[in-house]
Amino acid sequence: MSQPATAQSAITLYRLEACPFCERVVRKLQEYDLDYQSRFVEPMHSDRNVVKRVSGKRTVPAIVDETTGVTMSESANIVEYLENTYGEGARTDGGEAHADAEEGA
Amino acid sequence: MVDFEVVELPETDHVEEGDTAPDFTRPLVNDEFWEDVALSELTEEGPVLLVFYTMDGAFPATYMWNEIRDRNWGSEAQRASEKASGETASSDGRDITIVGLSVSDPYAHKQLIHERGMDYRLFSDPQNGVAEEYGIVNDLDGMAGVSEPRPAVFLLDEDRTVEYAWVAEEWPDFPDYEEIEDAIAGR
Repeated sequence: MSQPATAQSAITLYRLEACPFCERVVRKLQEYDLDYQSRFVEPMHSDRNVVKRVSGKRTVPAIVDETTGVTMSESANIVEYLENTYGEGARTDGGEAHADAEEGA
Repeated sequence: MVDFEVVELPETDHVEEGDTAPDFTRPLVNDEFWEDVALSELTEEGPVLLVFYTMDGAFPATYMWNEIRDRNWGSEAQRASEKASGETASSDGRDITIVGLSVSDPYAHKQLIHERGMDYRLFSDPQNGVAEEYGIVNDLDGMAGVSEPRPAVFLLDEDRTVEYAWVAEEWPDFPDYEEIEDAIAGR
């Protein structure tokens, strides 16, 4: 399954080719049939200023979800966020309150 | 350039002036990341100069992008220079997006952008499908299984109508930069 390539996707995923943590997030995005735009960055941490500007860290994966206004790093956090926001029994408020709580984690 | 006849490329049925340039989606590389972008997303923003060139390590790639960079073509570079000189942009019809395409992978594109210090984005098309659509495939002698686009330049309006087209007829061959500037200025 591959996502349609549109710049209008609400979710942007910053990722690194063949990064297992990134693929873990992709699997979850695909499981929930979410439309997302992939932005690939370099293996070298020092060459990832765009990720730093967006998320505050140079690590990938990082996602920006314009629907909820959430920006997040760390695959475990992202997977949990996606489950809570888009999974079965997802909160109807889009999970924003949850995401805010996560930022302090 | 040389005192013998340069090798000619065979005739080809390529996209011409007046045609609608085929749309495509490929990874578009900037100096920080790459993402899938459709050509039509760029033309919706305004006119586009689509530059097909050799794989990134070949000398024509270096020559062409040095020349385009030094001539400061395109909206982003143009705006930066006009901002620096205190003049206003886009009153002279040069508010245009310059974008390249070669078969090189995104990593090579990022390297080229850094090495050339250029403010242009590059499409990556390793399987050369876009060149097939445009009728400008160049099968490389001595590199089995490898083809790339012929050097070619297309000036597209907002509907992807081709306003100017140049396609290499020799190998190697380089665009007429003055002619392209006239085409851009004449819009």
